[in-house]
Amino acid sequence: MKQKKWPEAWQEVTPGCIVFEPGNASTYKTGSWRAQRPIWDNKKCIKCGICYIFCPEACVSETGEGFFAANLDYCKGCGICAHECWPQAIVMVEEEV
Amino acid sequence: MNTVQNFEIFAPKLIEKRELFSPGHRACQGCGEVLALRLILKALGEDIVVSNATGCMEIISTAYPQTAWNVPYIHVAFENAAAVGSGVEAGLKALRRKGKIADRYVKSVAIAGDGGTVDIGFQALSGAMERGHDMIFFCLDNEAYMNTGIQRSSATPFMAATTTSPAGKAIKGQRTGKKNVPEIMVAHSIPYVATACPSYPIDLMNKVEKAKKIKGPAYIHVFSVCPTGWRGASNETIKLGRMVVETGIFPLYEVENGKYRLTMETPEPRRPVGDYLKLQGRFRHLDPGDIVKVQALVDKEYRKLMHKVETSVAWS
Repeated sequence: MKQKKWPEAWQEVTPGCIVFEPGNASTYKTGSWRAQRPIWDNKKCIKCGICYIFCPEACVSETGEGFFAANLDYCKGCGICAHECWPQAIVMVEEEV
Repeated sequence: MNTVQNFEIFAPKLIEKRELFSPGHRACQGCGEVLALRLILKALGEDIVVSNATGCMEIISTAYPQTAWNVPYIHVAFENAAAVGSGVEAGLKALRRKGKIADRYVKSVAIAGDGGTVDIGFQALSGAMERGHDMIFFCLDNEAYMNTGIQRSSATPFMAATTTSPAGKAIKGQRTGKKNVPEIMVAHSIPYVATACPSYPIDLMNKVEKAKKIKGPAYIHVFSVCPTGWRGASNETIKLGRMVVETGIFPLYEVENGKYRLTMETPEPRRPVGDYLKLQGRFRHLDPGDIVKVQALVDKEYRKLMHKVETSVAWS
């Protein structure tokens, strides 16, 4: 049986609205909010991690080679990473429909 | 465990990698408050119990049946984050004494927005700090009631336009200055009070770690930029947070046992406040004469603080 996303009747609501699965908000993909997406230019990247530390969504992470990339399932396209990047290795491009 | 292995180098890469605040929360684009929360949780680690007052951070993180928190979390009413936080601390102590939970140190953490701290939750906060509970209280200050639609609070700065202090011909926005809550907390004689801003992430995380080590009440006032409510651009969140420190509107300092210390040097001469105000739509109605008035107020507050930095001595 497919797991239910939310309770369908009041009997299924847990007492006190307790949620037993920590961090399950990650099943909700906020990437659809995005109007612009960040693109990393790894030639300019100095691997400092500024984009990682300043991302409010916690969606920027380090890839194997030490460069950084955003998880576009969650990136809301705020543009903080592109604005803060010292060597300007990140550009925001319009999201195509 | 230190958040940063080597304090001398500013290396964002070296901070704790684990995310205790999961992605998929519903914060606005470019939210400075959720960034502050993420960094705070990184610095605190797992051994905490969070009691969170109603406010933006509760609304965006706990849309039932989902939660963005990877740590024990209680949502409480607007006014009693500090009261529940102190109850959690007393409860943990009792359970540990009776041997019902493992004997390890778990910190009680209360988090509230500026409305839940400076207006509605103030008496509970004052009570918890006065009773000396072993807890940390975080005020995530975005300078108005943002989750209900930008109503003024007593943390709203002078002349800012909000929906309940609109700018018009007779009155130019908020008529009073910002309530200085860190100062009131210092007056409670608690061991640690600090102000922080997520634009200075290492500084913020070091303060959180210091507060965690202290056995006793600690209060950290975190300035968090709100692009939605301040009518600013979402990508300028970090820039606004940096400017607020450079202009001296919100200096970063810590008070350990009554001794004031600036943790982030403000450049001399300080940046004019006009630079900061003109980036935000809530200050759009100000003319040059008003900016002079704001500058005078900021100068006064900054002088008061600098006097304390120079003359204060620790009481223990």
